[in-house]
Amino acid sequence: MTKRTDIKSILVIGSGPIVIGQAAEFDYAGTQACIALKEEGYRVILVNSNPATIMTDTEIADAVYIEPLTLEFVSKIIRKERPDALVPTLGGQTGLNLAVELAKSGVLEECQVEILGTKLSAIEQAEDRDLFRTLMNELGEPVPDSEIIHTLEEAKQFVDIVGYPVIVRPAFTLGGTGGGICHNEEELNEIVTSGLKNSPVTQCLLEKSIAGFKEIEYEVMRDSNDNAIVVCNMENIDPVGVHTGDSIVVAPSQTLSDREYQMLRNASLKIIRALGIEGGCNVQLALDPYSFHYYIIEVNPRVSRSSALASKATGYPIAKLAAKIAVGLTLDEMMNPVTGKTYASFEPALDYIVTKIPRWPFDKFESANRSLGTQMKATGEVMAIGRNFEESILKAVRSLEANVHHLFLQNGAEIDDALLQKRIRKAGDERLFYIGEALRRGVTIETIHEWSQIDLFFLYKLNKIVEMETQLAKNIGNLETLQLAKKLGFADTTIANLWSMKEREVYEMRKEACITPVYKMVDTCAAEFESETPYYYGAYEDENESIVTNRKSVLVLGSGPIRIGQGVEFDYSTVHAVWAIKEAGYEAIIINNNPETVSTDFSISDKLYFEPLTIEDVMHIIDLEKPEGVVVQFGGQTAINLAAGLVERGVKILGTSLENLDRAEDRDKFEHALQELNIPMPQGKTALSVEEAVEIATDIGYPVLVRPSYVLGGRAMEIVYKEEELLFYMKNAVKVNPEHPVLIDRYLTGKEIEVDAISDGKTVVIPGIMEHIERAGVHSGDSIAVYPPQNISVSIQEKLVDYTERLAKGLGIIGLLNIQYVVSKGEVYVLEVNPRSSRTVPFLSKITNVPMAKIATKVILGETLQSQGYENGLVPEKTGVYVKVPVFSFAKLRRVDITLGPEMKSTGEVMGKDQTLEKALYKGLVASGMKIYPYGTVLMTIADKDKEEALSLAKRFASTGYRLMATSGTAEYLQSAGIPVDITNKIGADEPNLLDVIRNGQAQIVINTLTKGKQPARDGFRIRRESVENGVPCLTSLDTADAILQVIESMTFSADAMNKLEEKVVQEAVFL
Amino acid sequence: MKRQLILEDGTVFIGEGFGSGKQTMGEVVFNTGMTGYQEVLSDPSYCGQIVTLTYPLIGNYGINRDDFESIHPAISGFIVKEAAEYPSNFRNQQSLAEYFSMKDIPGIAGIDTRKLTRIIRKAGTLKGTICSIEENVTDVLEKMKATKLRVDQVKQVSTKTPYPSPGRGRRVVLVDFGMKHGILRELNKRDCDVIVVPYHTSAQEILNLSPDGIMLSNGPGDPKDVPQAIEMVREILGKVPLFGICLGHQIFALACGANTEKMKFGHRGSNHPVKDLATGKIAITSQNHGYSVNEMSVDQTDLEITHIALNDGTVEGLKHKVYPAFTVQYHPEASPGPEDANGLFEQFLSLIETNRQEGVYQ
Repeated sequence: MTKRTDIKSILVIGSGPIVIGQAAEFDYAGTQACIALKEEGYRVILVNSNPATIMTDTEIADAVYIEPLTLEFVSKIIRKERPDALVPTLGGQTGLNLAVELAKSGVLEECQVEILGTKLSAIEQAEDRDLFRTLMNELGEPVPDSEIIHTLEEAKQFVDIVGYPVIVRPAFTLGGTGGGICHNEEELNEIVTSGLKNSPVTQCLLEKSIAGFKEIEYEVMRDSNDNAIVVCNMENIDPVGVHTGDSIVVAPSQTLSDREYQMLRNASLKIIRALGIEGGCNVQLALDPYSFHYYIIEVNPRVSRSSALASKATGYPIAKLAAKIAVGLTLDEMMNPVTGKTYASFEPALDYIVTKIPRWPFDKFESANRSLGTQMKATGEVMAIGRNFEESILKAVRSLEANVHHLFLQNGAEIDDALLQKRIRKAGDERLFYIGEALRRGVTIETIHEWSQIDLFFLYKLNKIVEMETQLAKNIGNLETLQLAKKLGFADTTIANLWSMKEREVYEMRKEACITPVYKMVDTCAAEFESETPYYYGAYEDENESIVTNRKSVLVLGSGPIRIGQGVEFDYSTVHAVWAIKEAGYEAIIINNNPETVSTDFSISDKLYFEPLTIEDVMHIIDLEKPEGVVVQFGGQTAINLAAGLVERGVKILGTSLENLDRAEDRDKFEHALQELNIPMPQGKTALSVEEAVEIATDIGYPVLVRPSYVLGGRAMEIVYKEEELLFYMKNAVKVNPEHPVLIDRYLTGKEIEVDAISDGKTVVIPGIMEHIERAGVHSGDSIAVYPPQNISVSIQEKLVDYTERLAKGLGIIGLLNIQYVVSKGEVYVLEVNPRSSRTVPFLSKITNVPMAKIATKVILGETLQSQGYENGLVPEKTGVYVKVPVFSFAKLRRVDITLGPEMKSTGEVMGKDQTLEKALYKGLVASGMKIYPYGTVLMTIADKDKEEALSLAKRFASTGYRLMATSGTAEYLQSAGIPVDITNKIGADEPNLLDVIRNGQAQIVINTLTKGKQPARDGFRIRRESVENGVPCLTSLDTADAILQVIESMTFSADAMNKLEEKVVQEAVFL
Repeated sequence: MKRQLILEDGTVFIGEGFGSGKQTMGEVVFNTGMTGYQEVLSDPSYCGQIVTLTYPLIGNYGINRDDFESIHPAISGFIVKEAAEYPSNFRNQQSLAEYFSMKDIPGIAGIDTRKLTRIIRKAGTLKGTICSIEENVTDVLEKMKATKLRVDQVKQVSTKTPYPSPGRGRRVVLVDFGMKHGILRELNKRDCDVIVVPYHTSAQEILNLSPDGIMLSNGPGDPKDVPQAIEMVREILGKVPLFGICLGHQIFALACGANTEKMKFGHRGSNHPVKDLATGKIAITSQNHGYSVNEMSVDQTDLEITHIALNDGTVEGLKHKVYPAFTVQYHPEASPGPEDANGLFEQFLSLIETNRQEGVYQ
């Protein structure tokens, strides 16, 4: 054994909040790694700012710090804990950058902390474009013509030599922030400027575009004994030009001959050896489709999104083994945990095809630019496994939960040919579906290839899907055709549409004809060795390998891809539910399709089915497994939405019943229930038509809150202040009809309160109450939440507890519930009740030490809360203050308005904790990526309705020493109140105007409140975008501004002149 | 065209035939490589066998001019989950089905190859027949049981006459037991002056060619079925440096007094880790063998085990303690598979150099 015995304790750095480019995959990697290191007997110290992760559970590491991932705080932890070593390669780019920063600051040397695994010099060599290029030249590995540039001038010089198009890649950034392809000078100006700004070292790589080449990735591992293997290779269906995180990817590669495969394998291994990587590494290559010519695109010397995908695609746990390699173990002495018979140096052999499709947030951000390039835009991804490509990709499509279950766009037929061509030529999130439509219209495969550069192999396969549609349409009710279609992965819904039947009829028809899927095992070795991995996927084949045991089982539905409104928090709860089910003695079975998560690690559950979360796919598994029941309350809206269909098919939902779920979610039933319980809610009604909506709004009085019923993360929710706005909304944002009603509520200004509780029907345990910093109207997921509440009276608190208990019992909740309240003018109103696990469950569980998901699961399984040792009512408050701060990914989504409102926009969250609110807020804000300066300039552009309120903020800013700057309207208002303000020119006026102020870094904070009208052309929008793109905090809620001001005030000493006598008298007079 | 695959244990698979429509029988073996089907189907070591690939999508990049390992494939049949109808690759010339038709070899697609692989894994290698759907299963089974598989595969695939593949470097006599072109390619790449000779060439005939080194190729079947070759190696040992691959390795072991045995289902794939016992280093290797050298039997010989399969400890490399000779069970020429072990050819050439120098000083 080569294991290190001279080190005892190891610090692991996590990846922080979920942002575009860095999602749940690092929770999966970090959790695996921490467990692996503990397994080897080391003391593991973990730091991560993201509370919504499994890795920050106190069972995962020996010491868990939920603190900002900054030099300041991590240095403090290092000085306190004195770890012997640090693993930098598990926390994504964030962890890696921080490790570099720690090393440079000297703290590692000071505290004698050794960096384990890949050495810093190797990391720099891989990440620094210049060093990397030099190394590639030494190795004789080709890289595209490129130039490192530090200024726009240098960029222009390079383009003069190589010509357009060129790719811009900023150094040291996540998911290619600020990069892109430039076809002309205008784009070059824009993208290079933004790229330089986004790079922490003000450096970009300009590269001659090799768009159109095949993009191939190799996931490789190497140990300290120089053994190196390939875990998996992957082929991007989208050729070079689209960020791999935004590409549809298959594993293994499909169009490479063995010679091409081995050529790229050799190159990858040569590079990983030259860099001296000890652990996992990702190598991206571009291969000319017409020759053996290839280029190295980039190397990620750490576990990554691709390594998570490769782990799930093969069953080979990369992060776990990378962690063990870091402490000196070698590939030939570690067993492959999947087979238990082969060694970790056995390269996985797949006998299926895996497809990954990214999940983009464009359903939330309608104004966003949906074209895809080198800047990643997806928030998450789905993966599907099949025995053929068609099956694999169709399963992935219906896993997306994007209102598609086939290569078919809702409005596909309405699109004209020209637009179709445009959408296929330029990659966008829906290109796959446009290709489906083009094939249906008879556009040839060769033409589509010419437009898209997608390899003919994939296009032939997509065409086969379209041909099968025709076959189905011609052979209605034919069982043989049905079987062929199922083998190609067609959903019953698709077949039902083509046959004008109901989905369920197709299902029954198949069941009768025994056309049902079998389940095959993912075993890393293509069945060569006997394996016992409980990891399965469905296929229409002969032999079923998923043997049903005689143990009683419970099925848990996961939450699918990470998207805005449904993040890693739901995976957290799912994993805890699975653990609790196992603990209760049942066999825990999980269905999920997200390759990034902990829940799809096959070692978590007793059985993992990697399948789409649709009624059909879930029912197949239920038919086979016959579980005692299904748990739906942990998988977010994804799982809840399946409940009705499952009950209809005779499946038992464990926990809160379907009727009661419906009572909480159906507006009318909910209102009825509240009336019965005598609990007030804002006045509101359901509208089934536009006319009705207007009538209701007039009746209630503006402003009103409008939203479609059954929404996720406040999608399409808005506050409207007058009738014309309402009409605009009804026309543009929703399609109202009796099946899709729109809810119209009175909008109450007030403090928003959030409560999570667990009920067994008799006892209701409330672990905690959270107060939102931002007033009602800002989505709870985008608000800063504070525990315990700072500004509510005892009587209000009692009322909240009382309402929560009554609601839990009255709505028949068995398990978890989450309630949003608004406190307006001393009265408490219920805004909504979510009869399920919520976003705040991990946050509250961690603060209060009440393992909410676990005890709720036991309640669902029949144990009472009392028998688990919990009393009715509010759990006594913990000391200290805890804040949850949302994190946004606006820098990556151009043209998206960042204004906070009822529709959720954040992608992740961090926690800040300390003894006082100000300290906790400081940590939370810093952890969220904000820089807070004790002095500087605040730029204010305030809407008329907010001016009065902004006045006191302005005064306070001024007294901390902040300089105020405003456009004329706001400035005049402030000046008239005696506050010194510098006036800046409005947009469109002479330069420098306020956009220049932002661009030139002259403002440290921007406060901009919304004037109505959401067209991007509006000045406010440009101010907000300019701030985001220049990394200046832009606050659109005065409440957030107030919170930050409190922090600034607490950071600085006051500097007030001594009071003069008369002034004192005046003051006293005021107080009297 | 619906056809069936019948295994000797009575399992029947129904699939879609491609290539030749004739009936075929052979030992059914599986290969786990995800790429390299063209090299596999043309590897003479599969002579007489029906090969199934565990990877379900086969033929994606078509059949090209360059990647054959022999001029005529020697397999008896081919079993896949899906044979690509429309291959795509810049070197593609024809589809799998077109190629099999041209070569008159039967193939069958649409088979649950994972199920088939699991049967072979549990039962060990077994006989199978690909035939028309019309055939009576019981009749086919009886016939299969009654038929003894051929044992003269080496004779079938070895060259009939010697031929040169000239170079300016060292002279290597390559004994062809069913040689993959890859071996010749590797020697040519190093400018060797190669003479390929048939499997039954005697030691004297070989020595008459004044070789600097002798290379024993891979080949099909049981090494004990080629006694002439065992005898030849015994005589030539110590006279000229020797390097053997696969069947060549087994023949060398037998010649040195060790024993070989049939494995349950063999090693066939591109992902097998092999440990070099001297350095402790791992190479990922391409393998194709149904027989192996018995580990215990090596004890009483002058041989030393140099390499083992990491997963099951199978003997993967031997060297002679006295004479300049070493062999490996796996394929350093790759094609298909990883090229990690390619350095063995250099090792062979430096063995030749060392030996020549020593010869000079003797």
